Amino acid sequence: MPGRPATIDPSTDAAGVQAAFKRDVDRVFWWYVAGFLVFVVVLALLEQAGLPRRWIGSIFLLATIGLYATIGVLSRTHDAVEYYVAGRRVPAIYNGMATGADWMSAASFIGLGGTLYIAGYGGLAFIMGWTGGYCLVALFLAPYLRRFGQFTVPDFLGERYGGNLPRFLGIVAAILCSFTYVVAQISGVGLITSHLTGVQFELGIFLGLGGILVCSFLGGMRAVTWTQVAQYVILIVAYLVPVVWLSVKQTGIPVPQLIYGYQLEKVTAIERKLQADAGERAVRDVFQQRSRELSSKLEDPATALAAERVAAKVRLDRLRHVQGSGSAADVAAAEKALAALPVDAETARETWAAAKERADLKSLPLNGMVPHAQTFTGDPTGNVGAQDAYNIARRNFLALTFCLMVGTAALPHILMRYYTVPSVRQARASVSWSLLFIFLLYFTAPALAVLVKFEIFTLVVGTPFDQLPRWISSWSKVDPSLLSVTDVNQDGILQLNEMNISGDIVVLAMPEIGGMPYVISALVAAGGLAAALSTADGLLLTVANALSHDLYYKMIDPNASTARRVALSKMLLLVVALAASYVASQRPADILFLVSAAFSFAAAAFFPALTLGIFWGRATGVAASLGMVAGLGTTAHYMVMTQPWLRGIFGITSPVRLWWDIQPISAGLFGVPVGFAVIVLVSLLTPRPGPRIARLVEAIRYPNPRDG
Amino acid sequence: MAVTRRQRAYWRKNLALTTGLLAVWFIVTFVVSFFARELSFSFFGWPFSFWMGAQGALLVYGAIIWFYARTMDKLDARYELQENDD
Repeated sequence: MPGRPATIDPSTDAAGVQAAFKRDVDRVFWWYVAGFLVFVVVLALLEQAGLPRRWIGSIFLLATIGLYATIGVLSRTHDAVEYYVAGRRVPAIYNGMATGADWMSAASFIGLGGTLYIAGYGGLAFIMGWTGGYCLVALFLAPYLRRFGQFTVPDFLGERYGGNLPRFLGIVAAILCSFTYVVAQISGVGLITSHLTGVQFELGIFLGLGGILVCSFLGGMRAVTWTQVAQYVILIVAYLVPVVWLSVKQTGIPVPQLIYGYQLEKVTAIERKLQADAGERAVRDVFQQRSRELSSKLEDPATALAAERVAAKVRLDRLRHVQGSGSAADVAAAEKALAALPVDAETARETWAAAKERADLKSLPLNGMVPHAQTFTGDPTGNVGAQDAYNIARRNFLALTFCLMVGTAALPHILMRYYTVPSVRQARASVSWSLLFIFLLYFTAPALAVLVKFEIFTLVVGTPFDQLPRWISSWSKVDPSLLSVTDVNQDGILQLNEMNISGDIVVLAMPEIGGMPYVISALVAAGGLAAALSTADGLLLTVANALSHDLYYKMIDPNASTARRVALSKMLLLVVALAASYVASQRPADILFLVSAAFSFAAAAFFPALTLGIFWGRATGVAASLGMVAGLGTTAHYMVMTQPWLRGIFGITSPVRLWWDIQPISAGLFGVPVGFAVIVLVSLLTPRPGPRIARLVEAIRYPNPRDG
Repeated sequence: MAVTRRQRAYWRKNLALTTGLLAVWFIVTFVVSFFARELSFSFFGWPFSFWMGAQGALLVYGAIIWFYARTMDKLDARYELQENDD
């Protein structure tokens, strides 16, 4: 891709250079798209000719990572403007594509379809949140930050609020959100590489890491930008092809986004039938029975555990000593059952409580899923319990949407992108382009969920166990926690409640669910990899820049030479990437939570300080620092007190007290208003900022004829 | 450097536009979602509120951003023209 500078007569004016540069880029871009499509078609033909699956997966993996590495090598640079902001000449449309790839992470590509499959309407909070946030970016931040025209978000905080404290807090917050986010991406990379090539998870992480590093290490923002453009093409093709295929298969129409409403009607009709189905009811009764047994055990775990241990020993003794009562396999099974009993009463209580929760969920109709088209659980006209459930579900939906939106508008790796375009006008246009490219995926994700649900409801549910499609056994072999089926009521037919499917595999398994050739599965995996790598690239660069540019250059050694700063940034990139990979290889408990935590942190730390800094000249430095600390503190406090995994880490044992029943995932709902309130109040109590700040605020508000 | 009358007018127009678009954003996102249950009449197969969450809101977001970029570009151009007249 266009790592080289445009070859143009230096006498032409800046606009002419920019236009010629864009023409160059356009040409390379279309050659690239055509090349990629030919590559996929050739592999499809090779598959028909008998190329083994493992080979197809590996070729896809190596070819795409090789491509990213090549772009990285071609765009290598030492120049600070090139390294930090890609020379500030990325045309708006390509910046839009790069932002799209930067934005759509493994969570969007792999997780979103699955979340929508399981949560139905409730999952739309992610769709609205992750797109509507761009309204806030466009209206409140992108044009002003570009007019300000420095390198990073802490830069803005440092200049606008004066002094090193706001800048330092900005650095801490930027690292906090970006690092939590990047860990999740690297785990995604490991998951896909190991699935695609059969290597170990940990090895997969380091393979993917190589691809990330070659790129951002050599060329900084310039290499990352052009790689992200390449990755966007791969990920969007990979997302659209299987959904269009499924749509043609089910309806004959290749535009799933327009017609899945009718499939949704059919899904709703099937859901009604399934709720009343006799087989489904029998399965639910079995789980209800289990749940009752578990609650009686939970009343006195110690006694129940002792009784179970005695019973298991008696059974084992009988099998061992009474002739002809059991085979060797039966004895082994009984031994295993005895060994699997919880060690003490406390462990027993925990295990059984978790099992009861699972059984309770499985005693609900539709495997615990809310009917796909139903808005919120509960019923506003029902009894008190149903009304409460309805109000709580609705409140949490709105809160989650809010946090995701404000978080979108405050994530430093996204805001940084608007420094790379040539002008303020291009910054505004570039938001429109980003949104268009992001829309393509977000319009498709709900369609994907409905089409997959229809496929599973019609082709899998109600099928005899010995005739199940092959993908079920192949995925449950990979990991039973991702997919498992058991004939709970022993009628030989698969009921919906007898199947456990993890949201994480819905997108990756979709080509197999729809009976497509393997090359599409490999394409989808390569797309997921592109999504994870592109986001990880942008995030790593943000962290490394925060340390080298903001911390080292602006705060520690303002006389550092450009070459030294860029070299330092490259070194830090390596260190941060290795640290993130190390954390990812430890498999932190809850990755989805890490991602949403990053959004809430970014929202609470940056949004109030940034917007007030632009729109309210009276906001002072002390106030901004206190506001950021208060916002972050409130958010972190609520998460630590309520989120089970964090409670475990910090050893919190007091009972969980939710504020207005808001889930910990939306902790930013409290942090953002606290941040705003603190900044406003403290600003009014502290002296008005000096004339230098007033000039800065003016400079970012009004167009400067020179920057048009 | 004192803020000129023209700058003040420019900023007022910008704020009015921003506030108006923000109101549209708020209604589409939060008001429609709040009344989602009441708004679930059928709309080309989708319940209306489902369609809004999955597509309608996104279209409005796109329109908001496009409209803002276009209007501000025009406003900037006019402002710069006046500024250069001085």
